[in-house]
Amino acid sequence: MYRYDEFDERFVRERVAQFRGQVERRLDGSLSEDEFKPLRLKNGLYLQLHAYMLRIAVPYGTLNSAQLRMLAHIAETYDKGYGHFTTRQNLQFNWPKLKDVPEILGLLADVEMHCIQTSGNCIRNVTSDQFAGVAKDEVEDPRPTAELIRQWSSLHPEFVWLPRKFKIAVTGAEHDRAAIKVHDIGLKLKRDEAGRVGYEVIVGGGLGRTPMIGKVVREFLPKDELLAYLEAVMRVYNSEGRRDNKFKARVKILVHETGEDEFRARVEEEYARLDGPTINAPEEEVERIAAYFAAPAYESLPDVSQVLDQARAIDPELDRFVEQNSFEHKQPGYIALTIALKEIGAVPGDMSAAQMRSFADIAEKYSFDEFRVTHSQNLVLPHVRKDDLPAVHAALKAAGLASANAGLITDIIACPGLDYCALATAKSIPIAQEIAKTFADEARQKAIGPLPIKISGCINACGHHHVGAIGILGLEKGGRENYQITVGGDATEHAALGERLGPGIDAEDVPAAIEAIVETYLGERQGEETFIETVRRTGAEPFKAGFTAFIESRAVQSEAAQ
Amino acid sequence: MTLIREDGAGEDRFTRADTLEAALEVDGPVLVPLAIADEFAKARPGAEFGLTVPGSTPIDDVKPHFSGISLVAIEFPAFADGRGFSLAKRIAREGFAGTLRASGPLIADEFADALACGFTEVELPETMANRQPVQQWMAAKDTMSGHYQTGYGKGPSILQKRLAARKGA
Repeated sequence: MYRYDEFDERFVRERVAQFRGQVERRLDGSLSEDEFKPLRLKNGLYLQLHAYMLRIAVPYGTLNSAQLRMLAHIAETYDKGYGHFTTRQNLQFNWPKLKDVPEILGLLADVEMHCIQTSGNCIRNVTSDQFAGVAKDEVEDPRPTAELIRQWSSLHPEFVWLPRKFKIAVTGAEHDRAAIKVHDIGLKLKRDEAGRVGYEVIVGGGLGRTPMIGKVVREFLPKDELLAYLEAVMRVYNSEGRRDNKFKARVKILVHETGEDEFRARVEEEYARLDGPTINAPEEEVERIAAYFAAPAYESLPDVSQVLDQARAIDPELDRFVEQNSFEHKQPGYIALTIALKEIGAVPGDMSAAQMRSFADIAEKYSFDEFRVTHSQNLVLPHVRKDDLPAVHAALKAAGLASANAGLITDIIACPGLDYCALATAKSIPIAQEIAKTFADEARQKAIGPLPIKISGCINACGHHHVGAIGILGLEKGGRENYQITVGGDATEHAALGERLGPGIDAEDVPAAIEAIVETYLGERQGEETFIETVRRTGAEPFKAGFTAFIESRAVQSEAAQ
Repeated sequence: MTLIREDGAGEDRFTRADTLEAALEVDGPVLVPLAIADEFAKARPGAEFGLTVPGSTPIDDVKPHFSGISLVAIEFPAFADGRGFSLAKRIAREGFAGTLRASGPLIADEFADALACGFTEVELPETMANRQPVQQWMAAKDTMSGHYQTGYGKGPSILQKRLAARKGA
């Protein structure tokens, strides 16, 4: 993975000192509260419902063991002993004190980490495929591109005061695990007819209160032109994006209101006028960054591991875990392993300091000292020898990290919701916990198969409910929390927004409503179809009918109870 | 109004005038809105003047005036409105060699970025300058010694420095 050189190191240290100075100038009155707020946000510091929250950047979701041990130390020393992985592959601490923040930033810098631009109206932490460098269907590893963008976007002199936040995602694979069509800019590495590597550039996707699928503004951008082209897109957005209404300020609205063709024309005009070669990264620099992401020193192994096969034959729990949580590796004899931070009844994405330490040891010993954070709030050990899987499973189990539910109905994404967030209109985490308890039975989960549920506690959609196969949106209605349910959302290359099934329902009815939706699926399913494949084929109608029947039966029950 | 340049506080030679009548009464360099620039230039051939423009102004509206003016003042309605940075970048790119002024309630924390985008000075309302005196601006501009973006600011970017270091090695 990437390591800081002297320039990166100095940059992050100076940024810590700069923030310390900004806090001091707020305290002595030089900066007003209104002026300080965006400065602290651009350094990841939010004021939440009960306390400050510090969001730490995990660039494109990659971490090493030393970094995780430091996060464990910070969790224990400055927080309540745990951290929370987010849907943008970042990590949040929910209870730090303002006075401790400069100290925490210093500790993060010690392990090459920072909070730069994890919030605010600027280019946010760039995200990528959690299986980057592992997946077989990859044109090229997306991480060097993501790292180049991380550097280029850090304290960009021109683009720190954008109309609104700006999110960039990169994928190098055919199967999109980075949700590039619902980002402000999505980049897909591809080859043209001549075999040259470049990018498909998608602009104007997004979720939030106005969900939109992004538009392709460039079919093929040669790889070495990336930064200049990004500069052109950003300049058009910074100049022309709406600033009169916060809810219409994202680039998706500019693309929508301007029209796809006109927006493309404006970007291309700006691109023609700027001096690309003076902006783009030198080829040597791109190669220098790429070298950090060279494959680790794999052993030459047979693809089939007899050690693993024998262990699976006698240990059904291991067998189930490997079946559910492993991802095929391009290197024979290895797999990538998903660790679902989704124990039944736990808070999605939460990890205790003790678990962090145990997991750091496992990653160090069994996965070349590296792991990934996924946008599903899970972790990935990217390079595990199949021979080592029985030992890895035992170690994960001892740490309470061996849930065999990756991708299943209990592997739920949930935003922090009303338990933490100042914007939330409804609870989100307890809903996830209740659904998980309802479907706790492993055989039942397996029978239902892959079914990503995503829950947001307000219209801002941090839980990505629009692109959940089942999406749940919590709102406030007449003083009660009320939940709207959608089906058919998809964040992959088949990107689609979910369709609402009917009126909102009470929190206590949500698990049973999900059961009703699952029953509809099991009745409609043909052959080996997954939930989303069935919805894609049948449309939402049968699910609406099932949902309506569920609501009617509820009404009859509650009448009978009166 | 307080004027702050890279090397400290400066003196404003320009007088603002919103109408042609007012502009014609000014002795010395005058700062006029884009809408009356042509009329002013015609009425006072050879007189030194500058343009004041909102950050949302298209570059092609400003560019035709380059040869006749010595200053462009880009108006910032609020410190968090970044449009002026992009307009400054475009004006500098199109070859304007005069003074580029950021005018409005900017904060010291934006000074380095303003300079990097091509601004040569910042014109601050008095209330802002009282809270954030010039010393804070001088300190703020030097908090970061490096930048990753090539084509911004005077010195080479970090990417260029790395390349130079490798070639020198």
